[in-house]
Amino acid sequence: MPNHPVPVPSSVLAALKNKTIHLSAAKMIHSLFLVNASGDIFLEKHWKSVVSRSVCDYFFEALERATEPENVPPVIPTPHHYLINVLRHRIYFVAVIQSEVPPLFVIEFLHRVVDTFQDYFGVCTEAAIKDNVVVVYELLEEMLDNGFPLATESNILKELIKPPTILRTVVNTITGSTNVGEQLPTGQLSVVPWRRTGVKYTNNEAYFDVIEEIDAIIDKSGSTITAEIQGVIDACVKLTGMPDLTLSFMNPRLLDDVSFHPCVRFKRWEAERILSFIPPDGNFRLLSYHVSSQNLVAIPVYVKHNISFREGSSQGRFELTLGPKQTMGKAVESVLVSSQLPRGVLNANLNPSQGTYTFDPVTKLLSWDVGKINPQKLPSLKGSMSLQAGASKPDENPTINIQFKIQQLAISGLKVNRLDMYGEKYKPFKGIKYMTKAGKFQVRT
Amino acid sequence: MTDSKYFTTTKKGEIFELKAELNSDKKEKKKEAVKKVIASMTVGKDVSALFPDVVNCMQTDNLELKKLVYLYLMNYAKSQPDMAIMAVNTFVKDCEDLNPLIRALAVRTMGCIRVDKITEYLCEPLRKCLKDEDPYVRKTAAVCVAKLHDINAQLVEDQGFLDTLKDLISDSNPMVVANAVAALSEIAESHPNSNLLDLNPQTINKLLTALNECTEWGQIFILDCLASYLPRDDRESQSICERVTPRLSHANSAVVLSAVKVLMKFMEMLPKDLDYYGTLLKKLAPPLVTLLSAEPELQYVALRNINLIVQKRPEILKHEMKVFFVKYNDPIYVKLEKLDIMIRLASQANIAQVLAELKEYATEVDVDFVRKAVRAIGRCAIKVEQSAERCVSTLLDLIQTKVNYVVQEAIVVIKDIFRKYPNKYESVIATLCENLDSLDEPEARAAMIWIVGEYAERIDNADELLESFLEGFHDESTQVQLQLLTAIVKLFLKKPTETQELVQQVLSLATQDSDNPDLRDRGYIYWRLLSTDPVAAKEVVLAEKPLISEETDLIEPTLLEELICHIGTLASVYHKPPSAFVEGSRGVQHKRLPPRAGSGESTESPDVGQSGPSEAPPAVIPSQGDLLGDLLNLDLAPPTATVPSVQPSMQMGAMDLLGGGLDSLLGGDIGGSPSMGAGLGAAPAAMPASLGGAPAVGGGLGDLFDLGGGVGMPTGSYVAPKTVWLLAMKAKGLEISGTFARRGGIIQMDLSLTNKAMSVMTDFAIQFNRNSFGLAPAGPLQVLTPLSPNQTIDVSLPLSTSGPVMKMEPLNNLQVAVKNNIDVFYFSCQYPLSLLFVEDGKMDRQVFLATWKDIPNDNEAQFQIKDIHLNSDVASNKLQGSNIFTIAKRTVEGQDMLYQSVKLTNGIWVLAEMRIQTGNPNYTLSIKCRAPEVCPFVYQCYELVLKN
Repeated sequence: MPNHPVPVPSSVLAALKNKTIHLSAAKMIHSLFLVNASGDIFLEKHWKSVVSRSVCDYFFEALERATEPENVPPVIPTPHHYLINVLRHRIYFVAVIQSEVPPLFVIEFLHRVVDTFQDYFGVCTEAAIKDNVVVVYELLEEMLDNGFPLATESNILKELIKPPTILRTVVNTITGSTNVGEQLPTGQLSVVPWRRTGVKYTNNEAYFDVIEEIDAIIDKSGSTITAEIQGVIDACVKLTGMPDLTLSFMNPRLLDDVSFHPCVRFKRWEAERILSFIPPDGNFRLLSYHVSSQNLVAIPVYVKHNISFREGSSQGRFELTLGPKQTMGKAVESVLVSSQLPRGVLNANLNPSQGTYTFDPVTKLLSWDVGKINPQKLPSLKGSMSLQAGASKPDENPTINIQFKIQQLAISGLKVNRLDMYGEKYKPFKGIKYMTKAGKFQVRT
Repeated sequence: MTDSKYFTTTKKGEIFELKAELNSDKKEKKKEAVKKVIASMTVGKDVSALFPDVVNCMQTDNLELKKLVYLYLMNYAKSQPDMAIMAVNTFVKDCEDLNPLIRALAVRTMGCIRVDKITEYLCEPLRKCLKDEDPYVRKTAAVCVAKLHDINAQLVEDQGFLDTLKDLISDSNPMVVANAVAALSEIAESHPNSNLLDLNPQTINKLLTALNECTEWGQIFILDCLASYLPRDDRESQSICERVTPRLSHANSAVVLSAVKVLMKFMEMLPKDLDYYGTLLKKLAPPLVTLLSAEPELQYVALRNINLIVQKRPEILKHEMKVFFVKYNDPIYVKLEKLDIMIRLASQANIAQVLAELKEYATEVDVDFVRKAVRAIGRCAIKVEQSAERCVSTLLDLIQTKVNYVVQEAIVVIKDIFRKYPNKYESVIATLCENLDSLDEPEARAAMIWIVGEYAERIDNADELLESFLEGFHDESTQVQLQLLTAIVKLFLKKPTETQELVQQVLSLATQDSDNPDLRDRGYIYWRLLSTDPVAAKEVVLAEKPLISEETDLIEPTLLEELICHIGTLASVYHKPPSAFVEGSRGVQHKRLPPRAGSGESTESPDVGQSGPSEAPPAVIPSQGDLLGDLLNLDLAPPTATVPSVQPSMQMGAMDLLGGGLDSLLGGDIGGSPSMGAGLGAAPAAMPASLGGAPAVGGGLGDLFDLGGGVGMPTGSYVAPKTVWLLAMKAKGLEISGTFARRGGIIQMDLSLTNKAMSVMTDFAIQFNRNSFGLAPAGPLQVLTPLSPNQTIDVSLPLSTSGPVMKMEPLNNLQVAVKNNIDVFYFSCQYPLSLLFVEDGKMDRQVFLATWKDIPNDNEAQFQIKDIHLNSDVASNKLQGSNIFTIAKRTVEGQDMLYQSVKLTNGIWVLAEMRIQTGNPNYTLSIKCRAPEVCPFVYQCYELVLKN
């Protein structure tokens, strides 16, 4: 129960004179701090009043408690603020908010900040941000006003603030011109805010990449516990004028759970299952989709494994063989196997039939760069693991993580039927590429 | 050439060098210098000394330089207000520039400079920009109104910017609409009772149109705004849902979750047998599943929300169990959330899969996660009866692994399984007993001891086992000690002959050698029971225990409803109502789901012949004590926009009776009377005009009760007798006396108007000046018949607290203007602050404790209340009548300490501690509040209430 020193009424009177009843509350994103891997704040931006950087102490506490950098909780309460953070490219983006704000709103905005930096500077690193600190500051100011997002579309931002290039820096120095756009961005208020007007190309081209990632958990015996596909269609469209495109699929029924770029006309999709849109200029994600675990998902690789320890022995056996499964005749490439071996393992002495492997005795991470799977000669990794002498047999079962790529295949079976262009007279080059990758593809042992 | 060069000048005299460069004649050099200044600013260096030099660079045609200077200004203007004035002229000029980009930039920057003197100059440019021909400028200006409101709310209201902002909701450009909505929502949050966002079907339609065309962020603002609307009927609800569902396919997860919120809320109104209801349920699953394939931090927020959705509507995700399966490299915070949802979704159909997964998790590396997985197995057993056996055998398998923490968790959950399914799985006890020695955590030890005591008759060496624990009795935690005491008493009652010595030993340990009062008390109770009546002891101690409930961790339904209304917000992440952690900043409006139309629930409401589409909440009013609570719920339901067409005299009668404290007699009527709901102050727009007063009939009734005066108030708040506020000689013959009362949550101003002039008075009207708590008449002053000479009329004027706010001196001062056919008269009066004490001012104990600690000691004020001859209970009851709630009472050395809470209509909490010493008529009152200026007035109320 409360303890209290006896207060003096005169102080109350003084307070009465100086203070007003505080009713207002600042909304939305208040400030942003960028924190590097060694825990230093290297940039701060305040959209309202300045919040002392000591607020980040709560974040640092959480960082210290977390076993891994990625285990820091995304939302951290402090007495007067909330901190919402995302970790990208080994930089924590810590947003400070002061009252009830949808956290997803903040997180999505932070993602947009990361994407913009990457878009502008090629990489999103501490060095790149420091090298371009003024542009960064101009960008952040342009992206948020009073804590409300203002311009987050890369198309619009680039019209307002030109991305730095070596050539432009030189030209600017000579001519004294600036890298800030002098005109109101054309797309800003049109019905197609994502596209600027007056786009011109000598080669008109539209390329679409259908990229699917399989997330799967395979159990010890090789049967699938859960498998799902996250697919995206990324586009690179460089077309003159205001082209109006339609994209149709051979099997649109596969797409029952989709998220569209704002340019896609939703009604048309609902009624005809056709993607109809005026594209943004340049690179963008047209569509992302999800093929759920309830549909049958083809599993392109299988793993045979035997990782065993005997009680009382300081040696363990390790055998791993990979093979192709349902690949529709396509080659499985860029295969990389990694596994966190039990803490008791001191070292591993293994023999790969192809590729190279490394084992880090400190982190206990085994990784094997396999390369391409040849169905005639399956890759394998065999040998022994040494344990601490006298230690009991480890009780955790390592999980095997597999990465791979399959070109020219969308594992869900999705196929683009045709791409048509209306509204412009010229004939564009068109291209569709397919690729399947492993997402979180895990095999339990 | 990169910007990192700006960081390199760290030598002495850096500021001096920069100063020289800023004043250089060369444009390029200037710009470089400003860039250096900005770079220093970003890393937190203080470069405020350069203020005048930087501001000098402001007048330039170079947009980049201008922007940079603006950036600097926003950061430092506050610390150099006098210097900042230098910039005003340039701002005003820029607001007239031909280039819309510059106009918008200027108005935007000006709004960010929180200096009073500058805001004065902002009004005119802002007014122009709000009506600018370019939508880009208009949308920027809309946000600027919100900024200005944050700096000076009064100014914004005086200048009429709020109305202009409301007009922008009908703007032709969707981006302008979205920003207007965002700005209004922000402003509305600091005015909880105002109806700035006056939503009606027309505005809703405009919002829905803009929703399709505006940016993703605008969509979030609009969706969150839509969520606060209450559709008139299920058809409107359905049509809104239909227009919102496309948002579920948006790439921005915040848009998706806001759309889910709107749908979850409006779905509540749809009849369950409607086809569309089923369609909607199906449409909700895929977007939720998709959120789980996003980045981990998004997943976390999504999972916390899905946890709520699954509790409210388990049918949505019942087939999606697999997406919640844990991947080994998920961050721990995602793993734990997934686990929780897996248990909520567990059913007979999927239990096999779930158990196999949980068993897998129990062999992972992370200890916290493993523990939770083991507990989850136990929860599955309790939730799905058919699976209990399989769960138990899974747990036994896990115990065989001998991993210490796994074993301990397993034993804790097996105890719960025993309590749910008695006499079924006792065969496993032998296995459990083998692990007795390895248990080192109190919870596991206590669980094991409970098992041994409960099944003592089946364990041959139960006495030995328990005796072994007894050796280190004093080193055990209380939990274990209590459990051990009970277990040995049970054992004694079951096997009295062999264990007499043991029971004596434990009783003496508990009663004589322990400092713990709980343990001592329990020891004495057992001792006395055993020594007086062993048969009775057996009946008590070995009585059949109630089975433990299926799900102990479900969120309480009313809280769940409120949280569903807050999907996507911090409240939904913390599973706490917003009031629990955003104190004061918003008026804690509890949101509730709308009532379902056309389904069985509406039959509970009494049919009062209202044609209004929204049903009144159930009128089941069990006791008078709860009546207040129920009335309050009426208040908290989203306001209905209907004005009832009930005869005024009837209504007034009901009101007055209520005021007289005869509340309980009126149960049915109140529940069904819409004017009551409206009258409770949530929405002035919904306030029926007829409520204002009933001169003829109502006045008479009022008189009767006034005669009763203070005597006729058995409960309820104290109402002071009327005092003369306006003397007849000062008001051309009109005399006004009055008082204030709070009756059943309604604030009323009771007035007696007496005509002491020679001519008839007519055309009465009343108005209040702005005041500290926004008190305003909720209806016109209704004096329908002319006031003849020497006649007195009594009028009750209901007040709302949604009027304009201005701090008064003293705080509770109210300036009133009354007009009649002769003239306008002014007077001021002071109201007791207790008028503003709301009915839901009872703070949770935990929150009270935390808040008390959180408020700085400087804010505490102490007072003496003299000559009170009441004991603490009577005092506490009396205070409760005025909405001062006692949360806890403690007695220390003959002193009663009462901990009390009060909440004001504007959401401010006041905490108090009252010390009452037996035999001493003087009470000591300590008051703590974030707004300490209210403390003396709260003290006044205490004194008034206690002394009357």
